[in-house]
Amino acid sequence: MKSGSAFIFMKDITKVFGTVTATNSMSFEVEKGEIHALLGENGAGKSTLMNMLSGIYIPDSGHILIDGKEVNFSSPRDSIKAGVGMIHQHFKLVDILTGLENIMLGQKYGLFINKKLLNIQIRKIMDKYHLEIDMSKYVYDMSVGEKQTLEILKTLYRGAKILILDEPTAVLTPQETVNLFRIMIRMKEQGCAVIFISHKMNEVMEISDRVTVLRKGQTIGTLKKSETNPQELIEKMVGRPIDLSIKRIERITDNVVLKVKNLRADNEEGIEVLKGLNFDLCSGEILGVAGIAGSGQKELCEALAGLYPVKEGKIEFKGEDLIGRSPKEYITRGISMSFIPEDRLGMGLVASMDMVDNILLKQYHYNKGFLVNRKPAGLKAKEIIKKLDIQTPGVNYPIKNLSGGNIQKVLLGRELDVSPELLITAYPVRGLDINTSLKIYEILNEEKKKGVAILYIAEDLDSLLALSDRIMVISNGEITGIVKAENARKDQIGLMMLGKKEDEYAV
Amino acid sequence: MQFRVIKKGEISQKKYTLITLTAIFSALVTSGLFLALLGLNPLEVYLAMVKGAFGTTYRLEQTIVKSIPLVVTSLGIAIAFKMKFWNIGAEGQIMMGAFGASYFALQYPDMSRPLLLVIMMVAAFVGGAIWGLIPAFFKAKWATNETIVTLMMNYVALKWITYLQYGPWKDPNALGFPKIANFTENAILPKIFGVHIGWIIALILVVLIHVFLKHSKKGFEISVLGESYNTARYAGINISKTILIAMLLSGGICGLVGMLQVAGVSKTLSVEISGGVGYTAIITTWLAALKAPWIVIVSFLFAALIQGSSFIQTAFGISAASALLLEAMILFFVLGSEFFTRYRVVLEYKLPFKKKEES
Amino acid sequence: MLTVSFLKAAVIAGTPLLFATLGEIITEKAGNLNLGVEGMMLMGAVIGFQAGYYSGNPLLAVAGAALAGAFGALIFAFLTVSLRANQIVSGLALTIFGTGFSGFLGQGMVGFKMAENFNASFDALKIPILGDIPIIGEILFNQDILVYSAFITAIILGIYLYRTGKGLNLRAVGENPAAADAASIRITRYKYIHILFGGALCGLGGAYLSLVHVPVWQENITAGRGWIAVALVIFAAWNPYKAIFGAFLFGGLDIIGFRLQGTGVSISQYIFDMVPYIATIVILVIVSMKKDRKNAPPKGLGEPYFREER
Repeated sequence: MKSGSAFIFMKDITKVFGTVTATNSMSFEVEKGEIHALLGENGAGKSTLMNMLSGIYIPDSGHILIDGKEVNFSSPRDSIKAGVGMIHQHFKLVDILTGLENIMLGQKYGLFINKKLLNIQIRKIMDKYHLEIDMSKYVYDMSVGEKQTLEILKTLYRGAKILILDEPTAVLTPQETVNLFRIMIRMKEQGCAVIFISHKMNEVMEISDRVTVLRKGQTIGTLKKSETNPQELIEKMVGRPIDLSIKRIERITDNVVLKVKNLRADNEEGIEVLKGLNFDLCSGEILGVAGIAGSGQKELCEALAGLYPVKEGKIEFKGEDLIGRSPKEYITRGISMSFIPEDRLGMGLVASMDMVDNILLKQYHYNKGFLVNRKPAGLKAKEIIKKLDIQTPGVNYPIKNLSGGNIQKVLLGRELDVSPELLITAYPVRGLDINTSLKIYEILNEEKKKGVAILYIAEDLDSLLALSDRIMVISNGEITGIVKAENARKDQIGLMMLGKKEDEYAV
Repeated sequence: MQFRVIKKGEISQKKYTLITLTAIFSALVTSGLFLALLGLNPLEVYLAMVKGAFGTTYRLEQTIVKSIPLVVTSLGIAIAFKMKFWNIGAEGQIMMGAFGASYFALQYPDMSRPLLLVIMMVAAFVGGAIWGLIPAFFKAKWATNETIVTLMMNYVALKWITYLQYGPWKDPNALGFPKIANFTENAILPKIFGVHIGWIIALILVVLIHVFLKHSKKGFEISVLGESYNTARYAGINISKTILIAMLLSGGICGLVGMLQVAGVSKTLSVEISGGVGYTAIITTWLAALKAPWIVIVSFLFAALIQGSSFIQTAFGISAASALLLEAMILFFVLGSEFFTRYRVVLEYKLPFKKKEES
Repeated sequence: MLTVSFLKAAVIAGTPLLFATLGEIITEKAGNLNLGVEGMMLMGAVIGFQAGYYSGNPLLAVAGAALAGAFGALIFAFLTVSLRANQIVSGLALTIFGTGFSGFLGQGMVGFKMAENFNASFDALKIPILGDIPIIGEILFNQDILVYSAFITAIILGIYLYRTGKGLNLRAVGENPAAADAASIRITRYKYIHILFGGALCGLGGAYLSLVHVPVWQENITAGRGWIAVALVIFAAWNPYKAIFGAFLFGGLDIIGFRLQGTGVSISQYIFDMVPYIATIVILVIVSMKKDRKNAPPKGLGEPYFREER
């Protein structure tokens, strides 16, 4: 293939954020009518590169050519005109508007809008690409899958010929993923160029025609799928051969540490979000929790940690009912539970404070008198840095400037330091690179060996299947089943995530 | 060619200070241009302001007298702002503090001086604290917008003092003139080095508040709550209690200012008792980045600005409102300058792509 | 007859509030919380008064006031949109600036009165047919031209927000600027235009006070009405139609003390003067007690938007 003749041609693209070089003279080519996977770890520069193709970021240097013509995007507006559409990981939809209104956004109409004509146009696109969605529904009422379909429809309505999907399967059930792949293939058949950003090997091998691998801001190479294999791709992606398999450690005891009975809770608007949950958790066991985002995972974790008001039911921790106890009582009564929330900087840590103060957060309650004592926290910080190999300029450096992996390690280090008997972790590897993720799986397994009971909430079914002893599937605030991980199948869990009850309860 | 905004990494304290000083200088230059438009020589005006603020011992004393309420009010506001509780109600808290102090000064004019002064201080603290606790209670209970509530309470306090001054507390010996009777000597703060002892109280408070915010458990909780509501909950901080305690202190300290003003400066209560200190202190607190030691410096400079502009009012016939304009101008420029501590702007020109000729 | 004249006066007293509330609604819909309403009203009031006083031309006075308000808003927009400064502090700074600005320019004018023939331009104009409806006609349709303008502005803004494409875009900018940006809406332009327009309305609100409601110059002529307007935005749940009701309700509270004085109620006028402020607090508390999606502020309110933030 001649260099520079491709449909999309990005050449020598460099982008620097503060002190971090996100993409370093990257090059990238895509043809019409292909599904091109962009493979790389978190932080490899995939999203940054694509954000430049869609006009969100402006490259510091380099060139972008579409159909042989150089383009200079200074906003998404320019890229849309050139036929580029991007589906972001965080959907760019306005919650309080309907599907139709979201499509109308930013479009040029007269003063008032002819909705009838618009509906006809949308119907045409839906038929062409086999999309189905209720356009009069408000976005806040939509499921993740529906939102994604709406995003794709929106992009196509704007005349996109180049479609970029940023980790589109991360939040989908296996069934929704199948549907998405069908849509992608349909788009390819219609002559679109589809760019698929992912770090999931099996999906890349399933759907793409060619794969470009990125690592640490550089292009490593472009391969035809038919001429490569997963092992080679992983090596290119990580930079060395790596064993991705996560070992499951046999659980030793049957001591029930946590017993949840008929747990019910309402959200602020009075809608029931936990609808009578019942489950046990033993020491030395990892209980995985699977479910579509927003099925009640967050509320469950926070209810267990004493942060969410419970309407009814019992949370028994070693025989003691925790309902009605405040987080402070947990700490002062020595209830040895640790909680790693999903929103690290929004809930577990204070972004603008340094490591010492963040560690102090869990210690200062024990300080006697009026003043805080920062000395022990400082020592502890140094210890955790050493133990978990945290990369930081020092203990007095604001943690918001650390990388995601290091931030997670600070949180994990602090929480494990108290030697908990129960550990609740919500999406502990979200946004982390493979090495850090593996390290965190390893830490969880070590804690398990020590006899810690672990509630492990994740979105990645592969890690859930590999790490957990049992998997509890929740859908819309209800438990649809608890299955043994060894003999669970992905499609079965997927159906349960969508609400299909599993009658065979394995305990 | 185009302008582009690029995010910076952390910048050094030195650079930060330099940018802030540049902003203040630009504010003075811009205001100077405005003065020039009015046909005045800005250098002359500024020089007169400096002379007005520091030129004689008396003026210097006046500047210090004016910085006392600013320092103390800023300290009170800093506690609330640290929690991101936008207490704009200092003005009202000062007035209610002054009301509390004045009640005892007028009711018990013959009480022994030290005892009366202490009682007045306590009453002022309580008055301000109550005025601070009301919005805090609503905030803690229903997350009611504190900005507007604290502000509305300023007006309620103002009307209350107006009512007293024109109604029940009107001095019958003032020949119908609406004023409240002067305090007896027992209710007047003694002077040290020509300035009422409020300055000593202010300096003690600076140290106390500094320790409180930096090293106390409650201060730590206030900072955590200010940075992240959810992390505060997660860490087991009692949110409502923290909000109430912080505002008790914030309002109480502002209330104390009311006592310092009635007992140290005006020697009686009037609607002018606060004179906008509650609003100016918002600026000084912000400019001092909520840091107690910086509050002293910034407040002193602002007091000089106010003292200086009341001097140029007589010398050049410029309205005293020019002090407000200059204050706002400085705040505008400093607010804007923070952009340059976080981002950098570049002008760039891009070379077009040349396709390689290939056979 | 007493109640009709009271309600009619309430509408007049509510008109400056309505202008300012509408201005702040449109500003907040763009995602910016401008606490400088009081300042912009004062700027409008003083410029409007001076322009009217020296030119004798009511149109010039009104235009000047709107421009003055927009100028204040421009400072705010530049700071918060272009320079991404803290919106709360920037708004407060604008209020302080506006207070200084009106004090400075109005220094020598305290007590000045508008000429008689100038006032005549703001005499009540009875609207044919509508003005003949009993009671309602007298209250709503026998008013001056600025009162009508305030009504019409509210209705036009309602239609704009809920019925037009531009209004839809504006709501998206305030709710989720990243989504609006991705939909190729020009965020900065939308924010500037609406903040400036909002400022102009606040300026008009101030001018209504100095030109029609009080028509004598006094210091701090707004007396906290700008802040009440900010509270009314919450009360009206960011809805221009509801703002009409809120503004007139508070207009009534504003004059109730003055009205009751003549009726032999033996409570001091100064105590009654507290009513609008206390009522504002009460209403804010009540609104904050019940929360639902319909009455929620725009989600992007108060947050600066920077596309390359990560």
